[in-house]
Amino acid sequence: MTGIGLTHYLTLAAILFTIGVFGIFLNRKNVIIILMSIELMLLAVNINLVAFSAFLGDLVGQVFALLVLTVAAGEAAIGLAILVVYFRNRGGIAVEDVSQMKG
Amino acid sequence: MTLTSLAFYLFASVSVASAFMVIAARNPVYSVLFLILTFFNSAGLFILMGAEFLALILVVVYVGAVAVLFLFVVMMLDIDFAELSEGFLQYLPIGATVGLILLLELLLVFGASSRLADSNPLPRATPEGMTNAEALGRVLYTDHIYYFQAAGAILLVAMIGAIVLTLVKSNNPRRQNIAEQNARTKEDGVALVDVKPGQGL
Repeated sequence: MTGIGLTHYLTLAAILFTIGVFGIFLNRKNVIIILMSIELMLLAVNINLVAFSAFLGDLVGQVFALLVLTVAAGEAAIGLAILVVYFRNRGGIAVEDVSQMKG
Repeated sequence: MTLTSLAFYLFASVSVASAFMVIAARNPVYSVLFLILTFFNSAGLFILMGAEFLALILVVVYVGAVAVLFLFVVMMLDIDFAELSEGFLQYLPIGATVGLILLLELLLVFGASSRLADSNPLPRATPEGMTNAEALGRVLYTDHIYYFQAAGAILLVAMIGAIVLTLVKSNNPRRQNIAEQNARTKEDGVALVDVKPGQGL
């Protein structure tokens, strides 16, 4: 392992996380892309957890990464289900109109 | 440059590029496909770090379930995506500003704490003479059994929630009524009609 240290993985995760945040800003109107951006951010968190787990020699990080994976899968399922219901009710997925649903 | 660092840079560059394409692609179907590419490359990185089990789980769960779910939804919903990406350039400056600040902060944090980084020459969390899956199972099913159970409960709740949300109740369901079927007799089921020749009913 010459050259590739923890910092490399953390930098990669930081870049991926930033791309996720950037994607949420960039695609304000498209909920599907926003959900994908959230998946990207969770992936970055997973890379962080696994990198720390590997370089500190502690398996608990991988256990947590597994739990993050579970939550990400559940979140995607629920989010897409909400999206489908919203589309059925309104005939579109424009996020600006979501605030009209309250009350 | 060793093979490992070569592999790292390959996987890292491809995953960053495809992650950028996820948010930049005009067509959401392409976005989902680039998301799949990102996940594959991240799985490669996980294998480099010695987390083979998580890498394969990443491929199975994300590519096999989540990405396919995204694809289904993208293809099922009849949406004009060109209209949705109208405000693309409008939010570009603020998004770029926030993203750059966040990236700089994160990199500064890592730069300050990079001394602990290369102390461990061989990045392996798995003990010697044990596969990664076995080691992970030994930790997961003993010390962290409650987290594991909670994860199962979360998945159950997510499944029930998704079904409850998307189930369409039909107004006129044609269900089988067994009592009604059993109560039928020959008298009210069959009618004998004497049809005269040359005439219809």
